[in-house]
Amino acid sequence: MMPLFANILTEPVGVAHYLVVGAVLFVCGALCMATKRNAIGVLLGIELVLNGANLNFIAFGSRYLRDSQGTIGLDGQLMSLFVIVLAAAEAAVALAIALNFYNSFSSIDVDQADQLQG
Amino acid sequence: MDNLPTLLMIAWLLPLASFAVICIGYSVPQLLGLRVRYSTQKIASYIAVGAIVFGFLISAYCLFGIWLPEHPLAASSHHGEEQPDELAGQASPFRPTAFAEEHSEEGHKHATNGPPLYQAGDWYTLARFGSLKLTIGYYIDTLTIAMFCMVTLIASCIHIYAVGYMHDELHDVTDHEVTLSNGEHLHRRGRFQRFFQYFSLFSFSMLGICISGNLAMTFVFWELVGICSYFLIGFYIERHSASTAANKAFIVNRVGDFGMIIGLMALWSTLGTFSFGDVDKADGTKERGMFSMLHEQSNGYELAPTQRMIDFDASRQSEGSEPTNGQWLLFVAGVGIFCGCMGKSAQFPLHTWLPDAMEGPTPVSALVHSATMVAAGVFLVGRVYPIFTPEALLVIAVIGCITLFLAATIAITAVDIKRVLAYSTVSQLGFMMLALGLGGWVAGLFHLITHAFFKSLLFLCSGSVIHAVHSNDMRQMGGLRHKMPITAYTMLIGCLAIAGIGIPFVLGFSGFHSKDVIVEQAIHFGQTNGGYSWLFVVVPLAGALMTSFYMFRLWYMTFAGKPRDHHRYNHAHESPWVMAGPLVLLAVFAIGVGWTLPMQMPGVLSRLGVENLLDTARPVGQLGNKHGVLLPNLVIPDEHASHVAAVKIPAGWSAILVAVAGIAGATVVYLWEVISAASLRRYLNLLYHATWNKWWFDELYDFVFVRPTLAISRFIAFALDRGLIDSILHSFAWIYRGLAAVVAIVGDRWLIDNSVDTVAEKTWDLGLTLRSVQTGQLRQYVMFIVVCTIALFIVATLWWRFAVAG
Repeated sequence: MMPLFANILTEPVGVAHYLVVGAVLFVCGALCMATKRNAIGVLLGIELVLNGANLNFIAFGSRYLRDSQGTIGLDGQLMSLFVIVLAAAEAAVALAIALNFYNSFSSIDVDQADQLQG
Repeated sequence: MDNLPTLLMIAWLLPLASFAVICIGYSVPQLLGLRVRYSTQKIASYIAVGAIVFGFLISAYCLFGIWLPEHPLAASSHHGEEQPDELAGQASPFRPTAFAEEHSEEGHKHATNGPPLYQAGDWYTLARFGSLKLTIGYYIDTLTIAMFCMVTLIASCIHIYAVGYMHDELHDVTDHEVTLSNGEHLHRRGRFQRFFQYFSLFSFSMLGICISGNLAMTFVFWELVGICSYFLIGFYIERHSASTAANKAFIVNRVGDFGMIIGLMALWSTLGTFSFGDVDKADGTKERGMFSMLHEQSNGYELAPTQRMIDFDASRQSEGSEPTNGQWLLFVAGVGIFCGCMGKSAQFPLHTWLPDAMEGPTPVSALVHSATMVAAGVFLVGRVYPIFTPEALLVIAVIGCITLFLAATIAITAVDIKRVLAYSTVSQLGFMMLALGLGGWVAGLFHLITHAFFKSLLFLCSGSVIHAVHSNDMRQMGGLRHKMPITAYTMLIGCLAIAGIGIPFVLGFSGFHSKDVIVEQAIHFGQTNGGYSWLFVVVPLAGALMTSFYMFRLWYMTFAGKPRDHHRYNHAHESPWVMAGPLVLLAVFAIGVGWTLPMQMPGVLSRLGVENLLDTARPVGQLGNKHGVLLPNLVIPDEHASHVAAVKIPAGWSAILVAVAGIAGATVVYLWEVISAASLRRYLNLLYHATWNKWWFDELYDFVFVRPTLAISRFIAFALDRGLIDSILHSFAWIYRGLAAVVAIVGDRWLIDNSVDTVAEKTWDLGLTLRSVQTGQLRQYVMFIVVCTIALFIVATLWWRFAVAG
C-alpha cells in the first residue's frame, strides 16, 4: 500500500494526482452535505461531489494521462459533460424546491424538512 | 364424347352455384341482421331459374348433340314383336360383343344382354380408409342423360311457375293458419329468396343422384335430397302441421335409409367396391365395378354371387342347413337397398309421409312428386337393377302392388285436392315398382319419366287452383273452368294422361304408352308363373280403374258442375302467364312424351322416343327369363318377350277398358249425378270409413311405434335419466362437496392461509423496524451514504487484496 502514496510527490503528474484532487473534492462535498443545515450549502456540497466525480472521469478518459491506444480520449469528457448538464438541471429543480420550502416555512433549514420521515 | 362428363358436371353444379350465390348474397346478410329489400330478393329467383334453365339446355345438348349422334337409335335393335333369340343375334352398337359370343356358345339356355354403353370415372377422391375408397365419380349411360333432361326440364318449369306462385312472399306475410299465444295471427317477413335457395339445392342433389358413379356418393346425395325436402316441406315452419310433416318425412326416410345402409354394407364387405361401372385407372387397367363383378362375362352375364359372397355365406352356415351359395346375402343386399327406395319413393309400409308432405308450398309438392325425391327411389332401383336377385325383385313387386292398390283406394275419398294427387303419386310409384319388380325395367322407368311430366302438370294446375280460390278443399270448388280455362284444360290433359287414354296400338297420351307396357309385363308374368301371380295383373288393373275414377272425380268436382262456394268462385281468376306458361308447356309434354317417332325421320329424330332411349340403357343381365334360386318356381320373364301379340292384345284392351270404365264411373257419379256420392257413401259405409281414415295407417303407426317410443322415452327420461343417472350424479356431487369442505378447511384455511399470513406479518414487523431509520433528516442520509461508500471502499479493497490479488 505504501508505494502508492510514497512517490506521489516525486512522480510526474499522472492519473493518481488527479484522483487525489478528485477525492479531496469529493470528501469536501460530502462533508459539506453532511454538516450544512442551509439548503443552499447542501446544494453546493452536491456540486462539489459531482465535480470530484467529473475529475475522475476526465482523468481516466484522457489519453495524455493514460497510455491507451483504443481511445481518442473523449469518452471521459463526454461523460463529464453529461454530468454537468444533469447537475445544472438538478440545481434548477433543487433551487425551485428550496424556494417553495422557504415560502412554506420561512426558512431553508434542511433539518426542518422531515415530513418524509417514516 | 370426351367432354360429356364435363358438360353434365356443369349442368349438375349450376344449381349448386345458384344456391351458393343466394346463400352468400341474401341469407348470410339476413342472418347477420341486415334486412334484404324485397325488390332485390326478386333477383334471387332469376338466378335460380337461370341456373336450372341453362342446366336443361346443356343436358338437351348432351342428349341430342353428343349422345344420340354417336349412338343413333335407328341402328339399335328393338322392338315390338321380335323374339329375344332373334334379337340376340343382331349385332348393334349397344350390345357389341356380348350377344354374338354368347349366342354361339352352346349350353346356354337363357341368353341375356351385356352391359349398356356407359362412361364411368372418378372426378375426385374424397377419402381412402384401407380398401374403402370414397369418390365423387360419374356413371353416364342413356338413363343418366334421360334423367338429366327430364329433371332439369321439369325443374325449369316449376322454377318459373314458382316465381309467380311465391310472389306473396315478396312482402310481409300474415299467416292466418298460425295463431300466437296472444290471439293474433303470425306476422313475419317474406322468405322469397330462401325458397329458391332450397329449390336450387334440391335440383343439385337430385342431379347428383342421377350422375353418381358409386353407391356411397348416391347415399350422400340421397340424404341431401332428404334434408332439402325437410326444408321445403317445413317452409311454413311456424305452422305446426308443416313442421311435424317435415319431421315425419325426415324420420320415415331414416327408417328406410337404415335398411339401405345394411344393403351398402353387405355389398361393400363382399364386393369391396361401391362403384357401379368399370373405371379406367391411370395405368391402363380397369377397376372393376359392382355390376361386372356380379355379372361375369365368362358366366354369360348371368347374375351370380361372387366367390367372396359364397365364402362368407359358407362361414356363417349353421350345421345341417342347405348351402345357399351367397344367394341370401345378395337377397339381403338387394332388399336393403330397396328399403331406402321404399322410404324415398313412399312405398307401402313407409308411404305415410308423402301425403303429409302436402304442407309445403305447391311448387314443392310438384318438384318432390315428379322429378326429384320420389323419382330418386325408383331411379335407384333402376340403377342398381343388376344386383337384384329374382327373389328381391319379387319383394319389390309385392310392395309395389300393395302400395298402388292402397293408395288408389285412399285417393278416391280424399277431398283435399293436393292429397288426391299425393295418393295418386304413391299409387303411380307403386305401378313403377311393380313393373321393375316383374322384370319390366324399361316399363318402370318409362312410366317414371312420363309420370314426372303429367304429375308435375297436375300439381302445378292444382297450385293454380289453390292460388285462385285460397282453399284446398274440393267441396268448396266447382265450375271453375269458366273462370280459369287454361288451368282447367291443361289439367284435363293431365288427367287423361294419368288415366292412360289412347287408341289401342296406335297413339295416346303419354300415360297410355307407359301404363300399357306395365300391364304387358304383368300379364307376361302371369302367363309365365300362373296361379296366384295373376294377382299382379288384377290388382294393377283395379288400380288403373281407380286411378281414372279419382282423377276425373277430382276434375269434375273442381272444374265442372255448379260452383259450391259462390264467394270463392267470384274471387277466382286465371293465373298470370308466368304460371300458365309452364302449364301449357308441360301439357304438351304430357301428351307427347310417350310417343316414338317413326323410322323414316331424319337424323337423330329417327325412332326417337323415351322407350327406345331407355331400351339402350338396359342394365347388364336384364333380358331373358330369370329363374329364382331360393324360390325355384319363380320366373322373372323376359321384357322383350312381353311385346308379342299374345300379350300385347289383351294388355292393350284391358288397360284401355279399365281406364274408360273409371272415367265413365266418375262421370256417372260426379258429373251427371245419376247415383249420388252420398248414397254410395252410405251404402259402402265401412269401406268409406276405411279409406277416409287412410286405412288407419297413421293411427296404427301412432299406436305401434310412436306411442311406445314416446312411452319408452318418457320412462327413460324419468326412471333412468332422472332417477338413476341423476341420482348417481347427485351422490357424486355430494361426495365432492364433502371433499371440497375438508380441503377448504385443512388445506386452504390452515395451510395456505397460515403461511401467507405469516409472511405478511413478518414483512409488517420488518417494515416497522426499518421505519425508525427513515428519519427524514437529509443530513443523516448523507452520512449514511458517506459511511456506506467508505464501507464499500474498504470491503472492495480488502477483497482485492486477499481474494483477487493475493
